[in-house]
Amino acid sequence: MENKLYDYILSLGDNSLILGHRLSELCGHGPSLETDIALTNISLDLYGQVRNYFQYAAELAGEDASEDSIAFLRTDRQHKNVWLVEQPNEDFGHVICRQFLFDSFHMPLMKQLCESKDERISAIAKKSIKESSYHERFSSEWMKRLGAGTEVSNQKVQAALDHLYPFVNEFFQETPLDKEMKENGIGGDLPAIKEVYFKNVHALLLEAGLTIPEPDWRQTDGKLGYHSEHLGFILAELQYMQRSYPNSDW
Amino acid sequence: MELDINKLENDFQARIDAGENIEPKSWMPEKYRKTHIRQISQHGHSEIVGMLPEGNWITRAPSLRRKVGLLAKVQDEAGHGLYLYSAAETLGISRDELFHQLHTGKAKYSSIFNYPTLSWADIGAIGWLVDGAAIINQVMLTRTSYGPYARAMVRICKEESFHQRQGYEMMLTLCAGTPAQKEMAQDALNRFWWPSIMMFGPRDEESPHTEQAMKWKIKLKTNDELRQQFIDITVPQAEILGLTIPDPDLKWNEETGHYDHGPIDWDEFWQVVKGNGRCNKERLGARVKAWDDGEWVRDAAMAFAEKKEKSKEAKKAS
Ligand SMILES: [Fe+2]
Ligand SMILES: [Fe+2]
Repeated sequence: MENKLYDYILSLGDNSLILGHRLSELCGHGPSLETDIALTNISLDLYGQVRNYFQYAAELAGEDASEDSIAFLRTDRQHKNVWLVEQPNEDFGHVICRQFLFDSFHMPLMKQLCESKDERISAIAKKSIKESSYHERFSSEWMKRLGAGTEVSNQKVQAALDHLYPFVNEFFQETPLDKEMKENGIGGDLPAIKEVYFKNVHALLLEAGLTIPEPDWRQTDGKLGYHSEHLGFILAELQYMQRSYPNSDW
Repeated sequence: MELDINKLENDFQARIDAGENIEPKSWMPEKYRKTHIRQISQHGHSEIVGMLPEGNWITRAPSLRRKVGLLAKVQDEAGHGLYLYSAAETLGISRDELFHQLHTGKAKYSSIFNYPTLSWADIGAIGWLVDGAAIINQVMLTRTSYGPYARAMVRICKEESFHQRQGYEMMLTLCAGTPAQKEMAQDALNRFWWPSIMMFGPRDEESPHTEQAMKWKIKLKTNDELRQQFIDITVPQAEILGLTIPDPDLKWNEETGHYDHGPIDWDEFWQVVKGNGRCNKERLGARVKAWDDGEWVRDAAMAFAEKKEKSKEAKKAS
């Protein structure tokens, strides 16, 4: 049981870790100072969540495990995040669209996890939910701005949406671990979130003047540890110091 | 008319001499306004360009705690840029125009940010030395005559001193760590020491604006005085770290009660100011790219706001 709980916590934390990393790449390069600051804020919130999850996971793992050994010393196959959060910052349209598609999932998940039978997970969710609702508001507002702003912005955010939409399916792919965690009252109920998700997302896309994509393929394996080529490069940067200077305090 | 201007200028100087703040709506000599736009915007640009060398290590930070600390620090610098641009705007220049001046090379920023960050220790060294040097300058500026600038400095100084402590604490950790970490720390100090003491600008003899700036209380101390103050504070800190400052002529002078230092390579300083430093092109290039890439986003936000405004008006009318 402890092992499964550990894996489940990592599956929650890894999405925040990788998305936080992607957003942190943008710090200093945003389209305006205000958006730069806002995106960095989101990155900081996500890293705050990561630390809470990984500190808890490290306690469960015992021995020499720490938030940093979990964050910096795992192979790509040991990461449980979905492909969506690995996708690069092609342009501001991709950044916002990726964020919106993630927040629309993350918010209802946090709502459910507030009721988790695991007290620590529930506490983390209660803390995260305020942040997530701010993120969701930010990304939704920007989806509307870009969708309804100019012809160029509409085209750009539509292109981002078309590219990213096939990845959302993965959120709702129930692994055996997800099922078990749902049944024992610790984890989220993915099929239930799926219903809310598409209802909300579709409504916002229509309001933003965007076309809802109908992808003919759907991404599946990230949660099982099979990732895009992007993840290897993310980890190469993320882990560079810990791998080059093992067993050091920073 | 001549007389009127003279009287206005005399009254203006009397207000400054009496320690009053000059506010945006006060009358001010055109030169005072221009000098302030130049200095405040240069300061703002330094905050914004200064995000880049440190931003360079965010994705490679060695621990989650350090990553969060660095992200928050770089974000603070963006905030400082915002305050300063707002202060400059009170003098009648737009933010777009300020950016235009930066991007075309008309406005300068602090040369320190044209040096590369080559290791994690550089992040510690920058916090310790660069934020440390900035504070000395900025504490002085909290008493500058232009109100909005002075008030921006009060807010900024609090955060800068936090940055300085955070950077020094990073250096302490490195110096108490493995031999490789200590070597990294020494190497960072070797590369950042001289550029840091150059941050205070040219020697007093070669600083033509100083006299006027002091009269207007844009400056309360000369470049050399500030530089000396920085060196006197920093040398003992390096000793605590067990690091060697890369200046063989550096020694305590009993008579003056200050540290004497060796000659500064002013050729290097002017080369970097002219745009020939190691990272001038990258730094400015990154800012221009962010601006150009962001154009369609800013346009969209503007168009959306206008559409919303129009539909509000239409609703009101109906
Ligand atoms: Fe600053
Ligand atoms: Fe700072």
